[in-house]
Amino acid sequence: MKYVIALAGNQNSGKTTLYNALTGNNQHVGNFPGVTIEKKEGQIKRFKDASLVDLPGIYSLSPYSLEEVVTRDFLLKEHPDLILNIVDATNIERNLYLTLQLMELSIPMVIALNMMDEVRASGNSIDVMKLSKHLGIPVVPISASKKEGVSELVEVAIKTAQEKRKPVKLDFCTGEVHKAIHAISHLIEDQAKEAEYPLRFAATKLVEGDELTFKELKITESQTHIIEHVVEDMEKALNTDREAALADMRYSYIEQICRDTVIKKQETREQIRSEKIDKVLTHKYLGIPIFIGIMFVIFWITFGAAGAFLQGYLEEIIALATDYVANLMESYQVSPWLHSLVIDGIFAGVGSVLSFLPIIVILFFFLSMLEDSGYMARIAFLMDKLLRKIGLSGRSFVPMLIGFGCSVPAIMATRTLASERDRKMTIVLTPFMSCSAKLPIYGMMTMAFFPENAAFIMIALYIMGIVVAILSGLLLKGTIFKGEPVPFVMELPAYRIPSRKSVLLHMWEKAKDFLQRAFTIIFLGTIIIWFLQSFDWSLNMVEDSSYSILATIGSLIAPIFIPLGFNDWKASTALISGLTAKEAVVSTLSVLTGTVTDLELSTALSTIFTPLSSFAFLTFTLLYMPCVAAFAATKRELGSVKNAVLTAMYQTMTAYVVGMVVYQLGNLFI
Amino acid sequence: MTLDSIKPGQGGIIASVGGQGMLRRRLLDMGLTPNTKVYVRKVAPLGDPIELFLRNYVLTIRKEEASKIELKEVFNE
Repeated sequence: MKYVIALAGNQNSGKTTLYNALTGNNQHVGNFPGVTIEKKEGQIKRFKDASLVDLPGIYSLSPYSLEEVVTRDFLLKEHPDLILNIVDATNIERNLYLTLQLMELSIPMVIALNMMDEVRASGNSIDVMKLSKHLGIPVVPISASKKEGVSELVEVAIKTAQEKRKPVKLDFCTGEVHKAIHAISHLIEDQAKEAEYPLRFAATKLVEGDELTFKELKITESQTHIIEHVVEDMEKALNTDREAALADMRYSYIEQICRDTVIKKQETREQIRSEKIDKVLTHKYLGIPIFIGIMFVIFWITFGAAGAFLQGYLEEIIALATDYVANLMESYQVSPWLHSLVIDGIFAGVGSVLSFLPIIVILFFFLSMLEDSGYMARIAFLMDKLLRKIGLSGRSFVPMLIGFGCSVPAIMATRTLASERDRKMTIVLTPFMSCSAKLPIYGMMTMAFFPENAAFIMIALYIMGIVVAILSGLLLKGTIFKGEPVPFVMELPAYRIPSRKSVLLHMWEKAKDFLQRAFTIIFLGTIIIWFLQSFDWSLNMVEDSSYSILATIGSLIAPIFIPLGFNDWKASTALISGLTAKEAVVSTLSVLTGTVTDLELSTALSTIFTPLSSFAFLTFTLLYMPCVAAFAATKRELGSVKNAVLTAMYQTMTAYVVGMVVYQLGNLFI
Repeated sequence: MTLDSIKPGQGGIIASVGGQGMLRRRLLDMGLTPNTKVYVRKVAPLGDPIELFLRNYVLTIRKEEASKIELKEVFNE
């Protein structure tokens, strides 16, 4: 017999920590069908036949948020053998709210009462036996971060699953709500059975006015009529509406339980500490400067100090490996095309992408520290007002900021966003933030055309990226991402010291993810570009890349850029090769113009561009679709090739339009 | 008196929660139900959102959302 255990609980309840403690390293990370919400599955340590599914962190089972619907669907349709509900003991009232809803699902259930060490340490206590009696399900006190009580938890969970012991306690109230639930239960009994909906859950949801349940149970018009009538009576008697009545009923019951089981003398040490930390970190005047300072340090270490050092180191190793393989192939006299494929294609392409690995690992070290410590929620609190106007919330700020370093980890970082809509929109907008790989292009062009105003041109480009992102956000908000944005109602969890294991696992996950892509889609992408660059149409290898397929494609599309003020195959070819990595624009231009020194290149460029059209070219490189690595990340996070292609097309179109506007307007004034 | 109009340090007892759809449901789910005691702890540096304390935890919501929460009793902490 194989058991499937579903891990459910609030955000910030220590769910991930418990998941990691229970499963170890044998995880399978994927998505729930049809959405980009992460689904992790792993085997429980020492129990080969029990697997644990990590459900999204949620607060309720409402029909509104995608995360909640995914959880509902999983629990109702996949019939797990047990729900393992993790409850934060320091925040028990709000955590039990979800518990009461999970209990209605008629699935065996066990509560892991987490952070009990913090409760005890502050002199408070929770009567676990009594709590278990009240709820009618086993409750195991644990501390996931210290691994206390975890093995006992597993035993209780497996036993409960084996015995198929379902929650028996279902009545949380007497009075009007109770009456309504019972009346409706009788009415829909058959349909609930047919739709395989637990009766109690179905009735409660119908009283609540849950449209999903109405649809799934195929409630007829006349039944709807009766239900609405019952609900109206209830609303009148309670002098409130259905949703408030149900929420109030649950919370009242929880308050009653807590009065009986929780002895609270004072706030926990962690809560008191958090309040003190927040006096500084979200201070009226100091909060934002400190945030900028923290981000500056992270950027400096990641893209400057440590990151650049390790990147250089890795590049050297890759160069050594390249030389070694090149020599080896020469001594075995392999054919030139194979030599070129391995060296100019695979090693150069994948190698240049691989050298990003240190940056990604370091950045995700900091990101998981920010996330796990609780500071990420404060960033959202600080920055929300800035992003609200474009239809996003403060949470999107961090990925966008990372975008100035590199779009790849920025897009990967959108995972931390709670809402799918925000996540998708952030993924589309983030590449407009000028990434560091574009700097060499700016440097090359400004040297050739604006040697006096280089700094001004660069700042103008950065600002243009931000402005385009804002305008684009406004546009998307009103069109593709129309509809109700997810409300900004967010918990500010107590600050906690991140667990080493969680941080390391997170870094490992992201590194693995990146490596997988480097050797699949990026590998493929670089080979294609190499092929186009090294062969002519009769599939002979070319010495001079100006005869290559890529060059012909370049000349073919060159006229497209006439409205942007340049019409030269070298420029358009460079743009295509920029898709492997943005720096490649520079190297391609220098190869195609046959120049070696910067001065020669500058002179050559002045035959291709005018100052104005060079700026239009820069605008285009700033905004057009990101490199293969970022495209691969986009595909991964959006969950479909189609959406990734649409995103790339949107970005390229935007680049074209803005570049054209720049050139045409410039022409009017100059 | 609505929740967005009281000062940091002040608290109140919720009379009713307005609004509709997902937003309202979210507020209720997070424990902002009638008769709950809630305190305003802080306003974000840019003037919005605000930081609340209720049911022994810290929550942040925007002023616009807070304006939908009617209080029946206001007091200083």
